[in-house]
Amino acid sequence: MIRASGITVRFGSHAALRDVSLQLDPGQRLGIVGESGSGKSMLGLTLMGMLPSSAKLDGQLHVDGQDMSTAADRQWRSLRARRVAMVFQEPASALNPLRRVGDTVMEPLRLHLRLDRKAAQQRMLELLDETGIQEPALKARQYPHELSGGQRQRVLIALALACDPALLIADEPTTALDAHVGLRITELLVRLARDRGMALVFISHDLAAVARTVDDVAVMYGGEVVERGPVAEVLRAPQHPYTQGLLAARPPLDAGQLRRRLPVVPGNVPAMADLPLGCRFAGRCHVELPRCAATRPSETSLSPGRSAACHHLPDPSI
Amino acid sequence: MIRRAPVNLWIGGALVAMMTAIALLSLVWTPYDHTLLDIPAKFAAPSAEHWLGTDQLGRDVVSLLMAASVNSLTVAFVAVGLGGAIGTLLGLAASAWGGWVEAIVMRLVDLGFAFPALLFAIMLAAAFGPSLSNAILAIAFINIPVFARVARGAANQIWTRDFVLAGQAAGMGRAALTRDHILPNIAAPIIVQATIEFAVAILAEAALSYLGLGAQPPMPSWGRMLSEAQTLMYLAPELAIYPGLCIILAVLGFGLLGDGLRDVTDPRLARTRA
Amino acid sequence: MSALLDIQNVTRRYPRPRQRLLHRPEPLVALDNASLTLNAGETYGIVGESGSGKTTLARLVMGFEAPDNGRVLLGGEDLHALPEHILRQRRQTFQMVFQDPFGSLDPRRPVGWSVGQPLRATGQQPAPAQIAQTFERVGLSASDAERYPHEFSGGQRQRIAIARAIITKPRLLVADEAVSALDVSVRAQILNLLLDLQDEFGLAMLFVTHDLAVVANLCDHLLVLRNGRTVEQGPAQAILTNPQTDYTTMLLDAARVTPAGHSAPARTTT
Repeated sequence: MIRASGITVRFGSHAALRDVSLQLDPGQRLGIVGESGSGKSMLGLTLMGMLPSSAKLDGQLHVDGQDMSTAADRQWRSLRARRVAMVFQEPASALNPLRRVGDTVMEPLRLHLRLDRKAAQQRMLELLDETGIQEPALKARQYPHELSGGQRQRVLIALALACDPALLIADEPTTALDAHVGLRITELLVRLARDRGMALVFISHDLAAVARTVDDVAVMYGGEVVERGPVAEVLRAPQHPYTQGLLAARPPLDAGQLRRRLPVVPGNVPAMADLPLGCRFAGRCHVELPRCAATRPSETSLSPGRSAACHHLPDPSI
Repeated sequence: MIRRAPVNLWIGGALVAMMTAIALLSLVWTPYDHTLLDIPAKFAAPSAEHWLGTDQLGRDVVSLLMAASVNSLTVAFVAVGLGGAIGTLLGLAASAWGGWVEAIVMRLVDLGFAFPALLFAIMLAAAFGPSLSNAILAIAFINIPVFARVARGAANQIWTRDFVLAGQAAGMGRAALTRDHILPNIAAPIIVQATIEFAVAILAEAALSYLGLGAQPPMPSWGRMLSEAQTLMYLAPELAIYPGLCIILAVLGFGLLGDGLRDVTDPRLARTRA
Repeated sequence: MSALLDIQNVTRRYPRPRQRLLHRPEPLVALDNASLTLNAGETYGIVGESGSGKTTLARLVMGFEAPDNGRVLLGGEDLHALPEHILRQRRQTFQMVFQDPFGSLDPRRPVGWSVGQPLRATGQQPAPAQIAQTFERVGLSASDAERYPHEFSGGQRQRIAIARAIITKPRLLVADEAVSALDVSVRAQILNLLLDLQDEFGLAMLFVTHDLAVVANLCDHLLVLRNGRTVEQGPAQAILTNPQTDYTTMLLDAARVTPAGHSAPARTTT
């Protein structure tokens, strides 16, 4: 579905993404996890061909079998209309407040699939039903402000599914929602991907949401993928010091010991301009070697589908 | 991302700067004494000696226009300053204390909006005689409700911000919060409004002087020059055009400057620059 | 010994806008009959989603608004019965850290000014040495006091907000989603700082959050709120290990990092 290799996105002299490679098969669910400034949203925009015009893209990018490395806007538009769709963080602002939500969902059906009004309406109701909206006929006639946050997000997912995409990119779709609503949305995304054989890229800072949604995960830091693999393995035995820090910094829920100090990753996420040239995590790492700040570690394969980018890796003591 | 300063800011700023420079210059130098009558040379055409000619009393028009610009700017400055200060204080008080304070202030504001400045100026003139200071008071008066409303609106927004709540949690009273947090943070919209009101005040001063309710002879004023030229329209139409142009340029300059300032300080636009 | 903070059956209602001329709608009950007691050195976690009433509770404790029923006793005094000038003096003893560290600092003031504010509010002139010391206590350097909020990262700004809250050596700290806006790796730093400060000053903390994972190892007691009502309340340990309601269980599920296919099917709650 996606073959990306050596993707680098530059703004002026700063690299927002550096040498990111990605592979996604049809029906596969991939999580992209990272903190602010990790480049995860930039990666999502790259996969949608929606980078700002000031960005410069290098590397090979194939989406849905087409070479999109140097694709013009026109080519992206035809891909976006039918094959690749995206769901955003803020369901409140992504819908036109003056249109009934049913009409919003019908628009791509009429425009891209050229359905007549009746067929489009029929399909729209099916989509709303498929995304778990109760009483779709009633809700379709309502305006965005009359729906709850979770319902709006479902409408946006229905809209994204309108043209039957082979790939859905969801950028922080649960972040603006309450916990119990977010839980349902991730369940919905998993079900839709399974039922439709649709590939899913799930971008989030929320480890819990990523963990329950995807099969494989890529951990990003400073515009690079630092670790990737099947989600269960990465969570069970993280190899990159950043992934280890990220997981350890989460308070254990079953509260073994009250008031225990959490292990911390020191410092702050550096600004794009201040990132070290070598390993992006240099300066915050607890196992840093002298060469880390200057030499970039390459991704080392650990087992099929599992890799990490760290100079310290061969050491079995980790 | 850095946005370029909008065009209206540049044009308006340039006009205002030019106007101010000319006004300042006229305090120390004008081509002729603007009160100097030279009846034999009346209605002189533009020439090397008199760039824009002379009026019906042989006074140099350039000197008159320059001297009048001081008058216009001073009236606008004092009137907007006075009305703006009172209005802003009322608006801040309404926003800080709410309740009956706000109710009273806002009803007064409504009353002020309903009350034409011209009527007020005529009333003042009837009671105390026409004078420039009465014109200033009248223009200041119409500015009070404008600023009260802008200040209250802007202040209400700042009051909802967490840092004000944090100040309250620190134990600060409403007056102290208004002084420390609200006023500095509403300065931008107030300054923008003041610039726009400057334009309105210049126009109002011209109108009042035109009607004889503002600057009294021999004090030069664009509005009075206009009204004097009116009777001579067929004889020397240019005498009406020159002060008219000055008024237009001054109003346009402050108006554009105000619009431009609003464009660069509006937080909704500023966010894209962060 | 009486409790430092004693919230007794507080209820807070907000009027709803009228939809029809002759029909006055039922008011929205933002908080319904909530009670808790908190002793010095302890932490109470208030957990809930949007509309749960958790922020209303924090605002009541901070004296930003008054309850319709019930009382909030701080050190034995009814907070909402105090005259305004006494309340303002008492504010030195209870301080707050807000969710958005950027919004809670005046962008036009150097951060040292903001940190000294609680002292100035009662007429004291904050000594530069005291500001410097407080900055260093929260892990910043004394020279940072001259800088402006936008020059700091989110985590640093939250440290500044904490510095402001502790400069008067308060007895109670109310933290409203104080780490929710921070990255996970920075969040742990701030949580550790709060724990350290608590040990040092014997602070009592009221920790308001939507994320159970944040409070799990911080709190002695938990109050789980939903739609203004108390869902579950008691020792944190017991609630985390043995939740009594589906709702709390769901919140735990949402916060837990469990790979797909390894979890029990998520429970449905309504």
